[in-house]
Amino acid sequence: MRVFQTQPAVLESCYRLTVVFLKPVQSLILRSTVLQKSLMFMEQLFKKAVFDCHMCGQCVLHSTGMTCPMTCPKNLRNGPCGGVRNNGNCEIKPEMECVWVSAWERSKKMPVYGSNILGILAPLDQRLQDTSAWVNEFSGKTESIQDEWSN
Amino acid sequence: MSGQIEEKSRLERVLRSGRIAVTAELNPPDSASPDSVYENALVLASLCDAINATDAAAANVHLSSLAISALLAKAGYEPIMQMSCRDRNRIAIQGDLLGASALGIKNMLCLTGDGVQAGDHPDAKPVFDLDSVTLLKTARRMKEKGTFLSGRKLHTSPQLFLGAAANPFVPPFDFRPLRLKKKIDAGAQFIQTQYCFNVARLKTYMQQVNDMGLTDKAFVLIGVGPLKSAKSAEWIRSNVPGVVIPDGVIKRLKGAQSQANEGKKICLEIIQEVLEIKGVSGVHVMAYRQEELVAELITESGILDHRAKKH
Repeated sequence: MRVFQTQPAVLESCYRLTVVFLKPVQSLILRSTVLQKSLMFMEQLFKKAVFDCHMCGQCVLHSTGMTCPMTCPKNLRNGPCGGVRNNGNCEIKPEMECVWVSAWERSKKMPVYGSNILGILAPLDQRLQDTSAWVNEFSGKTESIQDEWSN
Repeated sequence: MSGQIEEKSRLERVLRSGRIAVTAELNPPDSASPDSVYENALVLASLCDAINATDAAAANVHLSSLAISALLAKAGYEPIMQMSCRDRNRIAIQGDLLGASALGIKNMLCLTGDGVQAGDHPDAKPVFDLDSVTLLKTARRMKEKGTFLSGRKLHTSPQLFLGAAANPFVPPFDFRPLRLKKKIDAGAQFIQTQYCFNVARLKTYMQQVNDMGLTDKAFVLIGVGPLKSAKSAEWIRSNVPGVVIPDGVIKRLKGAQSQANEGKKICLEIIQEVLEIKGVSGVHVMAYRQEELVAELITESGILDHRAKKH
């Protein structure tokens, strides 16, 4: 399913649709552990298959060209390091294209959130590893981490 | 904030005065004795405005950058402590930022760091809790707001002239100026670039950076250095992350009678060319285990005689 990553605009629409569907029932989700667990199961299933999701619990895909920054061996969230090879591949995994080379090209094809890649993202909160990014989004955790960082 | 450390960075004063600045890299010893730090510094100190102490560059372990910088500061030199995110989490980083300032260090170059695979301990655990951008922001928060990331107040905030690295020579080329903007927005006041062996690429980059107004906000020093031979150039470009050496340079070295002399000549030419580029505030000279050669290069380039001529 990784092939979907070549269609960042489609993935961006999927993200927006998911927000539209889940937002009205967010208070329900926050109250029900069953719903939270099923949401996490779906995340693990789809995001792993499409993005090689590492379940950091702080999904920023729409700010990083629908490319998971956790797949960067340095987990960089704010752009490429200086070690990118001449051919655009990773310093650490020479056979892999630099995550940020892909992210940058893909973000150019995203009409809504494409320019988010220019912002500065907060470092990871390690406590959220292996939790549902959607639940963290609806509970306001993700936003408060970013707000605190931006201040 | 109750206390402030008064005296400012000398490097900052030189750059703000509009003079062309020269910085050089000190090769960190594999030794518990300070002697070779002082020996190496002695060669460089009279010729440059500040000395970079590398932080296990290319992930090879050496005497720590904090210790080297502290030794240099104590002896009256002007160190730039390099701080990478590869080996420390945010707790260690913030502690070291305070420690650096307490030990009289005034300049810090904030780096992400090379991957551990590049060095002599590829079996080590890479940390990367922060990245260069969030490290800069952390340092600025401590400096300007006088708090840790947790919000806890500092008694005395660290007064550091903050720097960042830039590599205009590797992809994604059109993202590189935007990445620089992030670093400057996060707190970088000076920039030291990776080795420049491709002046045409640098010119394109500097044009973009100037157009974005970034050179009004931070001082840009271009990384330069001599190549010993075609063979060593080939080794560097395949083993040191981020160093790009065009085929033309290697061909020129191969065709020369004395490859070392040619390497030095190429470096001198690049120094002259980069200083002509708008927005360039100085050069950062790097030469692995060749401090004497760095000194020769700085002298022969004539930078010191023409320092006031910056446009």
